[in-house]
Formats: sequence, structure tokens, C-alpha cells
Amino acid sequence: MKIDRRKFIKFTSLTTIGLAGTPIARALTGEDSLLAPVKPEPSLDNPLTARRWAMVIDLRKCLSKEGCTACINACHLTHNVPDFGNPKDEVKWVWKEPFEHAFHEQEHEYIDEKLKHAPTLVMCNHCDNPPCVRVCPTQATFKRETDGVVMMDWHRCIGCRYCVVACPYGSRSFNWRDPRPFIKKLQPDFPTRTRGVVEKCTFCEERLAKGLLPACVEACPEKALTFGDLENPESEVRALLKENYTIRRKPALGTQPEIYYII
Amino acid sequence: MLEKALKGTKAYWIWVISIMAVMGIAFLFYLKQYHYGLGVTGLSRDVTWGFYIAQFTFLVGVAASAVMVVLPYYLHNYKAFGKITILGEFLAIASVIMCMTFIFVDMGQPFRIVNVFLYPTPHSLMFWDTVALGGYLVLNVIISRVVLDAERKSIPPPGWIKPIIILSIPWAISIHTVTAFLYAGLAARPFWLTAVLAPRFLASAFSSGPALLILLCLLLRKFTKFDPGKEPIQKLALIATYAMAANVFFVLMEFFTALYSDIPEHLMHFEYLFLGIEGKATLAPWMWASEILALLALILLLNPGTRRREGTLVLACITVFISIWIDKGMGMVVGGFVPNPLGNVTEYVPTLTEIMISLGVYAMGVLLVTGLYKIVLSVRGEVRA
Repeated sequence: MKIDRRKFIKFTSLTTIGLAGTPIARALTGEDSLLAPVKPEPSLDNPLTARRWAMVIDLRKCLSKEGCTACINACHLTHNVPDFGNPKDEVKWVWKEPFEHAFHEQEHEYIDEKLKHAPTLVMCNHCDNPPCVRVCPTQATFKRETDGVVMMDWHRCIGCRYCVVACPYGSRSFNWRDPRPFIKKLQPDFPTRTRGVVEKCTFCEERLAKGLLPACVEACPEKALTFGDLENPESEVRALLKENYTIRRKPALGTQPEIYYII
Repeated sequence: MLEKALKGTKAYWIWVISIMAVMGIAFLFYLKQYHYGLGVTGLSRDVTWGFYIAQFTFLVGVAASAVMVVLPYYLHNYKAFGKITILGEFLAIASVIMCMTFIFVDMGQPFRIVNVFLYPTPHSLMFWDTVALGGYLVLNVIISRVVLDAERKSIPPPGWIKPIIILSIPWAISIHTVTAFLYAGLAARPFWLTAVLAPRFLASAFSSGPALLILLCLLLRKFTKFDPGKEPIQKLALIATYAMAANVFFVLMEFFTALYSDIPEHLMHFEYLFLGIEGKATLAPWMWASEILALLALILLLNPGTRRREGTLVLACITVFISIWIDKGMGMVVGGFVPNPLGNVTEYVPTLTEIMISLGVYAMGVLLVTGLYKIVLSVRGEVRA
């Protein structure tokens, strides 16, 4: 296609008007008012940032919808997590574990039977003091200094599985075989992994970079998952931690997990 | 000097070629693992390290045990070890190479292993283990080469080698200490979270290593003109005795702490290993066998009569070796994974592929020991014509 001067000017002026026009139109229609905050388009220009990302899981809300796996499905779909259909090869980022396993130091003989077996949502705790990062011999797993997300470099991981051994929460999975044929619906905008590397939840760092909340948080129909900046006293997570008594998994180990549970 | 390993009798070559055949078959199994991934092993999400890492851990001990001949010979000038010190060092070299190979075959992305050197990470114990093992290999290659060369020329070894030999003594201790630290520093695994792990590793190493060296010396005496003499064998037996006693003592310490403190997270691993949990008790017969063999070994070794008689000493050495191979290998490694940190009991049994690959690595070690010992005996002109 040949673009002459006329067409070029027409195109650029229209685009400029369009760009400038959107906020004006929004202001006029009241869409931009304080009551309804504008939701920017997903773009790398407006990422979600924090000094310390954390999550509060309201187990009461989570359990209120029995058999719900919306967050797990959303996460595993978004991140091309394979489904092998057997426990030996299993790869999982977010899953449900009976309460007595997720919190076995909290469990006791007379605990409510319902809670004892309650499917408790677990994932990487994005510890402040992550043992997996400490043991990794190649820094393929590392804590991002800016916001505390524990990340993975799947191109550097040598597959020694020392991080899997060191994680006190069983949050890490290894690719025992080629995962690609077992991805149900391939998402082209997220990398797939190769056999022989470790993977886990990354707090959706790729979504945060585009200004989106983690997939699980967004998918939860009960709004049981709250994600926010722990170091911002005004944040929603801080409000929840203030209003509720929360527990964390294996706090005695000193890993400082950043997933908090309201029971 | 290496050419001496390439000249030998028909029997020597039949032996060498048979070992290489085992290595060849194992290599085919490795190709299968390389193409499919580590899913060909019995490992899973819950038990992520198994047979390979167990062999690695055990063999680091055999490698470190060379210090049990090096120290008396070079530091205390204990002349009786003159003939066998080099055998200990060569055994160490073969063991370290086997250790490295076991690590290699355990990697999900083996050819990315260079990343350990491209991104050196001092806060990872695995980095230090690589440094320790690599350094130990280099030290032993230099020492054995220089000392054997001097022996061939019938001259005393050069003075500069002495400090290197002295350095190799703490270095030997360090390789096994760092290997224990791989395990003992993990909050996630209460079974390994014990300060006695490194001392226990060393004790079991200084027992199983000399036991193996005794067996190798006696085999050499049977098939070649080499005769280690009675005194060094008896001294090695005494070392193995003390070390085995210390090893059993440390194991009992572990039992006491776990049983008396009664902390479920600690106790569960012992329960799984010796009794089984939820009817899952694959390792229990092995663990009991290991404990019974340890007891038998102690009886045979502590009793001067049975220790001095060669037939019973051989039996004692074999029991020591098998007992520690089970306990320090599969028992120690797999015991740490079951139950997993969430309290789930997932068992692990190595697959045929895993066992064949491991057999191949051991065959490589046997080949190395054969070749290296052949060099020693050729240099000394002790090969049976």
C-alpha cells in the first residue's frame, strides 16, 4: 500500500484526535469520576507496583463455594501448566490441600471435622526469606528486590531440584517429562517449559507488569483472594490483616511466608 | 604413565572389555532418560532425589576415606601404609569421578551444568560442594601422579608436594562435611536437620572406605603379585572398627533425640523407615537389614579374634559396606522425603532404568580403579606375568 502525503496527514490527525478525545469523552460521560475508577487497558506502560506483594486468603469465603476450582483453572490455563493426569508427573502452581496437611501444626484431635478436611488453597508463599533462593546453585530462582516476588528463570535452571527439596511447603514442581503435549489449551503469550526444569507460582509477575491482578485473584467468584502491597498502610491487605486474625504456614521456620490465611 | 594401563594379559583385557560392555548398555539406558526426561526414574513430586543422589552421597564418603591412609602415612610417617596409600588415593579419584557422574545423570538439564560456574553462587551449598569435589579431584590427581612418578624413578618425591598432601587432609574432611551440609541446612526436612549429620557421614565414610580398601587389597593379592602385608590390613581393620563404632554411636544419638523429644515431625521419618506409615513400608526391610548388618559388623570387628582372622575380616568388611550403603544411601536420602513436608506419604522405588544407569556409573568406577591400580602395579613391576 502506498501512503501519500494526504493520507498520512489524515491518518495522524485522526489518531491524535482519537487519543486526546478518549479522556474528554470519558469526563463528559462521567466514566472518569472518583466513584468509578478508570480501569486502564492492559499495557506495560501502567504496571501494578508495590514494595512487598502479599496475598490474604479468606478461607471462610473460599470454602463457602464448595468444589470451586476457578482460581486453579485460571492460573493453570494462563501459565500453560500441563495436566498429566497422574500424581507422579504432576505439575501444579496452585492447588487445594486438606487443612490438616496445609496447616498440620494447627490441627488437633477435636478440630471441626469439616475444617480438618477442608480443601485449603496453597501456592508458593513468596517468602521474604526464601530457602529455595538460598539453595539454588545458579540463581535461576531469585527474589525480585523491588517487590519481593520469588521468580524463576526457566532458561537457567539446571534441574538439580535442590529448591524442591528446600521448600517447606511443597510448592515447587519439576518437569519429569516434556510438558508441551499435555497443555490443554496453549496460551501463546506465556512461555511453555521444557522437560528437566522446575516451575512454580510467580505471583503473575507477567500480569502485574501489564497492570493486571494475578489470574487467581481475578478469577475468584467469592473475592476470597486479596492481593496488595504489604508496605502500604492504606492497602487492602493491610486492612484485612488489621481487622482479622490471620495465620501463615509454618511460621516457626523463619521463612516469612507472604500468604496470609483468615480461617 | 597412562600407557601402562593399555598393556595387559588376555584376562586383563577380557575384564576391561566386560566392564565396558556394562557401561555401553548403561549408556543406552541413559540415552532413553536423556530423551524422555527424569520421568523414567521412580522419582516424583514428593520424592525428588533418589537412587542417584544416594550413590553420590555414599561415594563422597568413599572418596573422603582416602585420608585414613594419607594421614597416618604422611603426617605420622606410618611406613606400613607406604604400599597402599596410593591405592587409597586412586580409589578416591575413581570415587570422585563417579560422584560427579551421578550428579550429572541426576540433572534435568545436564548440559546446563556449566551455569554453576557461569553464575557462581556462594550462598548455595551445591556451589561449595562442586568446588570441594573438583578441588579434591585435582589435589589427588597431582599428588598421586607426582608421588608415583618419583617411585618409578626411585627418588624421593619433590619437597613442594608435601604442603599439597597436607592440604588434601582437611580437604578430604571438607568434601564430606559440605555434602552433609547439603542436607543438614534445610528447615524443610527435619530428618536431615541435625548437627550430627556431618560427623556421622565422616564416621560412616571412615568405616566403609577402609573396609572397601581392605577388600580391594585382598583381591589384588589374589589376582596379582601385589601383597599389601598383614600389618596395613590389620591397621585398616582397626580404623574401620573405631569408625564403625562411632557411626553406630551417632545413629543411636539420632534415635534418642527423635524418640525422646517425641516431636512428630522428626519422629515420622524414623517411623516410616523402620515401621512404615499407612501400611507403606518399602524401605523397612532394608533398614532393618542395615541395622542387623551393622551390629554383626561391630561384633566381628570388635572381637580381636574375628578381626585378625582374614576370613571373618572379609565378612566384616562386606557387612560394613552393605550396612552403610543402605543406611547412608537410600535410607538417609529417601527417609528425608517421606513423609513430605505436608505429611503425605509417597513411596519411592528405583526403576530398572535408574538401576542400570547407576550400574554403568559403578562400572566406570571399576574401570578407573582397574586402570589406575594396573598402573601402580606395573610401575612396581608386581604384575603377574
